[in-house]
Amino acid sequence: MMTKKKWDVIVIGSGPGGLAAAIEAKKSGAQDVLIVERDVELGGILLQCIHNGFGLELFGEDMPGPTYAQTFIDEALELGVETRLDTMVMDVTPMRQVYVTKRDGFEELEARAVVLAMGCRERTRPQIRIPGTRPAGVYMAGLAQQFVNIEGWMPGERFVILGSGDIGMIMARRLTFEGAKVERVLEVMPYLTGLMRNYVQCLLDFDIPLELEHTVGRIIGHDRVEAVEAVQVDKDWKAVPGSEEIIPCDTLLLSVGLIPENELSRRAGVAIDPVTGGPYVNEDMETNIPGIFAAGNVVHVYDLVDWVTEAGYVAGCGAAKFAIEQRKHIDRELPVDTGENVHHVIPHRLRKDALVERDVQLQMRVTRPIEERVSVELVDGQEVVARQGARYARPGEMVTLTVPQKAYDAVNKAERLSVRVRER
Amino acid sequence: MTEQYDVIVIGAGVVGSMVARFLSQYKLDTLLIDKESDVGVETSSGNSAIVHAGYDSVNGTLKSEMSVEGNRLWGTVAQELNIPFERCGTYVVAIGPDEVPKLDPLLENGRRNGVPALDIISGEEMRLREPALNPKASGALWAPTGGVIDTFGATVAAAENALMNGVTLRLNTEFQDFIIEDGRIVGIKTNRGEFDCRWVVNAAGLYADEVMHKAGVRPEFEITPRRGEYFVFDPNMVQVGEVLFPVPSKISKGIVVTTTTHGNTMIGPNAENIDNKQNTAVTQEGLNEIGTGALKLIPSLDLRHVIASFAGLRAGGNAECKNPEVSYHRDFVIEIADEVDGLVNLGGIESPGLTSAPAIAQRVIALLEEAGEELEKKPNWNRIRQARPNFHDMTNEERTLLVQKDPRYGRIVCRCESVTEGEIVAEIHAPIPARTYDAIKRRTWCGTGRCQGGFDMPRVVEILSEELGIPPEHVTKKGTGSEFLVRPTKEVEES
Amino acid sequence: MAKETTELICITCPMGCTLDVTHEGDTIVDIEGNTCKRGEDYAKEELTNPQRMVTTTVRVAGGLHPLMPVYTSAPIPKARIFDLLADIRKVEIQAPIRVGDVVLEDVVDTDVDVLASRDMPAT
Repeated sequence: MMTKKKWDVIVIGSGPGGLAAAIEAKKSGAQDVLIVERDVELGGILLQCIHNGFGLELFGEDMPGPTYAQTFIDEALELGVETRLDTMVMDVTPMRQVYVTKRDGFEELEARAVVLAMGCRERTRPQIRIPGTRPAGVYMAGLAQQFVNIEGWMPGERFVILGSGDIGMIMARRLTFEGAKVERVLEVMPYLTGLMRNYVQCLLDFDIPLELEHTVGRIIGHDRVEAVEAVQVDKDWKAVPGSEEIIPCDTLLLSVGLIPENELSRRAGVAIDPVTGGPYVNEDMETNIPGIFAAGNVVHVYDLVDWVTEAGYVAGCGAAKFAIEQRKHIDRELPVDTGENVHHVIPHRLRKDALVERDVQLQMRVTRPIEERVSVELVDGQEVVARQGARYARPGEMVTLTVPQKAYDAVNKAERLSVRVRER
Repeated sequence: MTEQYDVIVIGAGVVGSMVARFLSQYKLDTLLIDKESDVGVETSSGNSAIVHAGYDSVNGTLKSEMSVEGNRLWGTVAQELNIPFERCGTYVVAIGPDEVPKLDPLLENGRRNGVPALDIISGEEMRLREPALNPKASGALWAPTGGVIDTFGATVAAAENALMNGVTLRLNTEFQDFIIEDGRIVGIKTNRGEFDCRWVVNAAGLYADEVMHKAGVRPEFEITPRRGEYFVFDPNMVQVGEVLFPVPSKISKGIVVTTTTHGNTMIGPNAENIDNKQNTAVTQEGLNEIGTGALKLIPSLDLRHVIASFAGLRAGGNAECKNPEVSYHRDFVIEIADEVDGLVNLGGIESPGLTSAPAIAQRVIALLEEAGEELEKKPNWNRIRQARPNFHDMTNEERTLLVQKDPRYGRIVCRCESVTEGEIVAEIHAPIPARTYDAIKRRTWCGTGRCQGGFDMPRVVEILSEELGIPPEHVTKKGTGSEFLVRPTKEVEES
Repeated sequence: MAKETTELICITCPMGCTLDVTHEGDTIVDIEGNTCKRGEDYAKEELTNPQRMVTTTVRVAGGLHPLMPVYTSAPIPKARIFDLLADIRKVEIQAPIRVGDVVLEDVVDTDVDVLASRDMPAT
């Protein structure tokens, strides 16, 4: 019987949640820990968050996102966490099979425990139903951030930003630093939705105007954005007639919210809370599926990465404990193989200490009729552990072998058990 | 040397491409042209993607004749061309007791049109078939022959099959004028030069009126673009199984709730006459209207699960039905022109245009034969066009084999729709190459999912840049002028 | 000298107190609106010589990516931000790079360095 490699813990995603989970899983005693990451390197969203503000709570330091990530990347690799990069998880099953695909091929991995750490995706233009044309130049802020900071490309020269959340304000400064002009930041709420310090350091510092209770009424431009129509809104978010203002620009950045990315979770049968958009979890960050844990923005949207790390630690510890318990359970068991003339046998597995309390009945059927006296035997290699005689053996009649308690020692130290039926 | 053809088809939408495909059966040198950088960019990729049963077109019109015949033909054509097509049946749902009597005239009209198997079912039966239906549903007209099709896929497949069988395709080629000698068309002028021919088929959709007027044909005929807006839903969150129409109004079939062949629930369209043949903007009013309309059929539809919205333009014509007994003013024009020789004129091909496409193509052949063309069949005409591998629809075993053949099929580019690098590269190098982000999107569904390009965009830009051998800042959304990137973030500057 | 009042938002902690600072030129006469002493310190510095941490990217040769994120080891004068960005645009560093490596030393007439925010492997 071929046994497939079983990972103790597979972590999906190598952002701060995933990295922390992998590290803590190792520290909690998990042996084989694997991170599957769809990008070409570890670090997740932190790699593009090149501004500082990370690590204030956990380390008392004000680090850029990539530096915060590097700390955990280094630690994870030092601890022997394995990784599969540029690899996409297609499916996770409740039995913790993980189907992945990459250029080398499609693979089915098995894990004792899984930690879901897929993070978030951004709310899109169609979701907030901005009317108008569909030209090039409408970007979600995070996507623009990836182009500017990682791919090395500017998506435009003249920007309007919708949303005063931190991503929008950070990008306002970033774009200004790289020579672009941010014309306006529009916010539909009557208050700033991001941090005050970002308002000062990203907008006030560069005289970028912020208009509260404003939104984009429509997008203008056939092939590329040419302008947006800004409009004031009332408390019901309805446009105030006469307040329309055309703002010429070539790019509209949308910073209008994050949504936990739980499609894999749903396919695994994980129950999702409609309020958070993420899995229901207990204090170990375990979902309703035993052995499947979740950590980070995939559970609900965090504002400080330090708390994502903490949640990752909890999930990683829980996952490791679950995996260790699973392994102990399996190590305590031996499969019962089918040997000579045996078609199948029940039970398939015996616990090594099965005979401590009572005899065990093995029930089997033979592959062919033997119309002679036979010996029905439980063997460890060639060493006979238990034996019974019978006058014949026929496929139509179930054959039973009682393994007596006195065979306890033999079973306990056995390496391979199998049953066979032989002519005497 | 001016290129010489027997037939030039103007417009590579689903109708033009299907005409070219059917023409390719014969020993004719055929040229298919389109002003866009891809086939099927306009109406053919912005419609409800429904193959109508044909009960609602006024009896005796070309619309009714073509749609019933087209519906019948799609079964075979979709199979030959490997186009995703599901004959799932469609329903017209009556809400409340007052609407039930309105189903009978539709049934009558349908039977007169020759639509098979039409039936009226009770509200109760309808609610069994679609549990999310408005509880006030009082009955429905069931048309088992109706279905849904991949509309853009159909256009590409027909055009590819035409190419396979010897048709020449020229994109970015815009018709400008006819060359007429002694009252006969002998060629056309385009922005890419002149082409000689004996016949022209006008399949220019929204611009069919402008084309025909260049030959002085039907001066009173006019295309009014009629815009319809749509919402597309997240298939993980919204799954309406059936194709549901409301009881129709005078000008439109109404706001439909349908399922695409890709598995998304889609609602729309409204109907608004506009004056700009390029205006596919979505409007606040339009989106409100289709939301309200759809909720009448499926009250539990949650608009928060909308992941995409778009608009399409119908080429609404004003031609009188040629049948003197029928009073109808918006019929198809499918005829050999009187005013000039050598023009097969198609005009006003709005809904049920997609449904009618194979029938219209066959009618074009018949018209050419009637006009005295000797059509000799090619002995080696290949009616089958293979589809390229589609990772999304494959089993794990099939996926493993595919990746073994080409590792690029193992790298997922669009997470939401499971589209691989291999598929995208295949489309860039396909017989009708995808050269823009939108072209790839139409062919592979890449970028149409929950994240709307959030993950795939940088990867697609990189692949297009590499495969086309162009710098990333030249990669476009839909052709020149729609570039995504303007410059590198920074270049090393002189001290 | 005329007395004037400038409004500042303190960024020392997430509270973001609005400070009304009455001053004659650079001499502070009164500060109102702060909830703690740090607000006073912030107001003094912000009025006379505002400082900012700067994070940006620098071009990389031979690395996994064309750009690498960098940060200042300490705040620099706000007035010199664009000078610093211009200096950084003149630089191209060679991969491989280790997090914390010095990219530029003593920038814009300060003793602040610009450091690598992450490892950047060579390709």
